[in-house]
Amino acid sequence: MSTAPTPLWLLAELTYKCPLQCPYCSNPVDYATHGKELDTEDWIRVLTEARKLGAAQLGLSGGEPLARTDLEDIIREGRKLGYYTNLITSGIGMDEDRLDNFKVAGLDHIQVSFQASSEELNNWIAGTDSFQHKLDMAKAVKAAGFQMVLCFVTHRENIEQIDQMLDLSVQLNADYVELATTQYYGWAFLNRDVLMPTREQVIEAERQTNVFRDERMPSHMKTFYVVPDYFEKRPKPCMSGWGSLFLVVTPDGKALPCHAARQLPGINFPNVREHSISDIWHGSEAMNKFRGFEWMTEPCRSCSEKEKDFGGCRCQAYMFTGDPANTDPVCDKSPHHDLIDQAAKVSQKPTEKTIVFRNPKNSRRESITT
Amino acid sequence: MTNSTIERFPDSTLLALAPGYRFQWEEAQNCHVLMYPEGMVSLNDSSGEILKHVDGANSVADIISHLERQFPDADLGDDVRDFLAEAGNNGWVKPSTDDKANS
Repeated sequence: MSTAPTPLWLLAELTYKCPLQCPYCSNPVDYATHGKELDTEDWIRVLTEARKLGAAQLGLSGGEPLARTDLEDIIREGRKLGYYTNLITSGIGMDEDRLDNFKVAGLDHIQVSFQASSEELNNWIAGTDSFQHKLDMAKAVKAAGFQMVLCFVTHRENIEQIDQMLDLSVQLNADYVELATTQYYGWAFLNRDVLMPTREQVIEAERQTNVFRDERMPSHMKTFYVVPDYFEKRPKPCMSGWGSLFLVVTPDGKALPCHAARQLPGINFPNVREHSISDIWHGSEAMNKFRGFEWMTEPCRSCSEKEKDFGGCRCQAYMFTGDPANTDPVCDKSPHHDLIDQAAKVSQKPTEKTIVFRNPKNSRRESITT
Repeated sequence: MTNSTIERFPDSTLLALAPGYRFQWEEAQNCHVLMYPEGMVSLNDSSGEILKHVDGANSVADIISHLERQFPDADLGDDVRDFLAEAGNNGWVKPSTDDKANS
């Protein structure tokens, strides 16, 4: 077995444009100030080079990838290269004609997000009247013969609808259901005090999911419940380790080891306009920065669990402790663990803060103030 | 690893990959893989050889006889039946239906 890591997963963030304004978005808060989007040729080169390195799963995401008019071309090339192609979408910008085009282009699977199970709440969180169209598109996705994942990102405002979300998933004949508790990066971090569920809400939601699995889940369906890590004692094995199997390319061409790494200070993330994917993946300082175990500080360095969780999340370590090489403070062996506890407690109290929706105007305003 | 407690498919069952699953050779990993929405399994040599024959037209018995021709010295039948049972249990393969599903 070779020791050089393979970027099995390529996440192509095709655009930051999005008709929705979800306040839990993981995109960078300052996205509106980023540079020009890669063009079709750039993307096809990225796909080709990453495939040569062994990338096999291709996620097409954003923003809203449907905002790219060349999405069909990118899917076709991706499939031709041998990728398993996953479209990760809100459904807004989709219609039956486009779905037919995707089918012909060879798209393998579609993940449709809902913001809630009720129209009123969905449309409020999305900042857009989108619920009816999402319902129509979820039905059309199945009618066109695609495998469908439904994704619900949960937080304080919608987590009590878990039962109804699961019922909606059955009704729409989803093959997979992801109940993903908000992870606090990007816009979600900005809105953390408004989004954080209470511990009681989290426990109840997990209980309802388990009851669903035991009693009502159709045999063909699979559910994934992503736990909120602020309530954990061990960190998540973030990205299975930095530069291990996950490569993100942002709309403006930055290559990252995860969605959120761009915020880390002192790291010059290479741009695919200037470097080959091979040079970036194997040779760049950025991709090697926290690869493996050599970079670790205590308590990770001597920890028996380091090969299980890789020290957790570098971004979370940075956001809480100021140093991305520290142990993810979610770990209760971290000397900074009390910061996570505090954040979880503070965020559960009623707050004066109001929700900041993700849109270009707020992005520009927040990039000046932060 | 196979688990003999899982119920086997009858030898006459025609098997296909489950909808949304794709089986292909991956040069970089030097093995066959099964890919599905947002996931992938790398397969060992014998699993790869078995799944090669799961095409919607072969029955369990056909798959075994193909493999026995390929590997005449081995007595494969029960291992293949156990593996296919396990693959069915994982949701990788399904009995194929008459309506020719998506190719």
